[in-house]
Amino acid sequence: MIRLALFLLCLAAPLKAEEIVLGLSKDAVAITANFNGSDLLIFGAIKRQEPIPDTSVLGVIITVSGPNSSVVVRRKERRFGIWLNTDNVEVDLAPSYYAVASSAPLGTILKDIEDLRYAITVPRAIRSVGARVTGTEKFTEALIRVREQAGLYDVLEGAIDFEEATLFSTAITLPAKLTEGDYKTRIFLTRNGEVIDEYDTVIPVNKVGVERWLFDLSLSNPYFYGIMSLVLAAAAGWLAAAVFARIRR
Amino acid sequence: MQLYLPIAEVSVNIFLILGLGGIVGVLSGMFGVGGGFLITPLLFLVGIPPSVAVATSANQIVASSVSGLLTQIKRRGVDFWMGWVLLIGGLFGSAIGVVIFNWLKALGQVDLLVSLCYVLFLGVVGALMLVESINALRRANRSGAVPQRRKHNWVHNLPLKVKFRVSGLYISVIPPLMVGLLVGVLAAIMGVGGGFIMVPAMIYMLGMPTKVVVGTSLFQIIFVAAFTTMLHAVTNHTVDMVLALLLLLGGVIGAQVGTRIGQKLRAEQLRILLALLVLIVCIKLGLDLVLTPSELYTLEPRHIG
Repeated sequence: MIRLALFLLCLAAPLKAEEIVLGLSKDAVAITANFNGSDLLIFGAIKRQEPIPDTSVLGVIITVSGPNSSVVVRRKERRFGIWLNTDNVEVDLAPSYYAVASSAPLGTILKDIEDLRYAITVPRAIRSVGARVTGTEKFTEALIRVREQAGLYDVLEGAIDFEEATLFSTAITLPAKLTEGDYKTRIFLTRNGEVIDEYDTVIPVNKVGVERWLFDLSLSNPYFYGIMSLVLAAAAGWLAAAVFARIRR
Repeated sequence: MQLYLPIAEVSVNIFLILGLGGIVGVLSGMFGVGGGFLITPLLFLVGIPPSVAVATSANQIVASSVSGLLTQIKRRGVDFWMGWVLLIGGLFGSAIGVVIFNWLKALGQVDLLVSLCYVLFLGVVGALMLVESINALRRANRSGAVPQRRKHNWVHNLPLKVKFRVSGLYISVIPPLMVGLLVGVLAAIMGVGGGFIMVPAMIYMLGMPTKVVVGTSLFQIIFVAAFTTMLHAVTNHTVDMVLALLLLLGGVIGAQVGTRIGQKLRAEQLRILLALLVLIVCIKLGLDLVLTPSELYTLEPRHIG
């Protein structure tokens, strides 16, 4: 089924020496009330006009990146026996979610200079946007470490199945702790560590149903939303008291 | 079973949140404290962003306080007159507290000051209360419950005397107004409802009977928490109704259980337990300041646009 889809995609694609043709298991992610993460299947093929050059190392790298926001990173230090926040650095733009998957260890299929240009690995993805964070490596390292532990930044080296230098596929698990927005997905094809083709697409992630309604209401009509919360709370309190009083009688 | 929270933007286990709400509800019903000082750190642990945790717990406190209050009213355990006087003092106190808070913020290190304030205050209140209630319990056991006569002091010579019938007090409105004011100032600075300060203050500073204190404190907390909820909903948009609903389902039931436990205990026992609770929170906060944290860095994302 997937192969058939790929075949059709191949037919539709324009001409180039070696290029990526892509398929996604879903065009959009809907956050519903019982949303608990989502598996994203990314698959595709390399379309060629010529036979495969066999002396070179071919690699595929996929990145998925959530909406960017600035982050204040604070560091604690001990002063007079008490731990308190002393320094802080504002990282201008860091993705709320970032995953990198590759067909082989990144060191073998991607040159540093190419990483720098395309901002592929996690540290590059953060630094590339904010030029002001030079000299504050410890803070950006901490940002990456904390988000990796929370499952928000993920490096999946070798997670891409790359068959006969033509077909590739991988599954990326989006966590439950997902921020709304457009998730930029990039697929890179590298030869001898150099990027020879890039394919970009966007997967919108949006709340739907009750989640959507409540979120919009809290912003568009905060007074009504606040009063509604209070009425709900008071009613629940009254109901519990009434029910328990009846049980006792 | 997982549920996605629309404002907090995280997915949580339903039963875990119900349980958290329940535990805090029990404490609220037993002691007349809102439980904000307990539920907010617990929500942090579950992974709720701090701003959402603070705002939403205020909403939950409204629910469990209403639940506890209604049961207390039936038992004539609420002194409404006293409640109103404390509330009026409290409103002025909050206004003053917010001014002080902003002034401290401009000076920097407000977080540290709040923590130190907490540790100091909880420590002193908890220790005094523990010593007093253990003594009272011992006395009661030894001499077969001889009621201690209330001392006449300067408090009773102030003007504007009012009869607080339910509390059995005939005192000036000035001390309750001052207590309300003081608690309001502290509550605004520390960002909590102030129940755990209000309850000891009513017992020891105003000499109210323990059985009226819980209900009167709950009455006063409802207004403070409702005001806080509105403030957060309008200015920060951080009240998560789904999270609040889960918490308060557990909370209102917990409050009912707590009220019943509270009525089975003797006044001294109730005070000892509250003192221990206050001390535990104090020690926990103290350790957080002193012990080496596992992660020295903390992140605070800012929304763009």
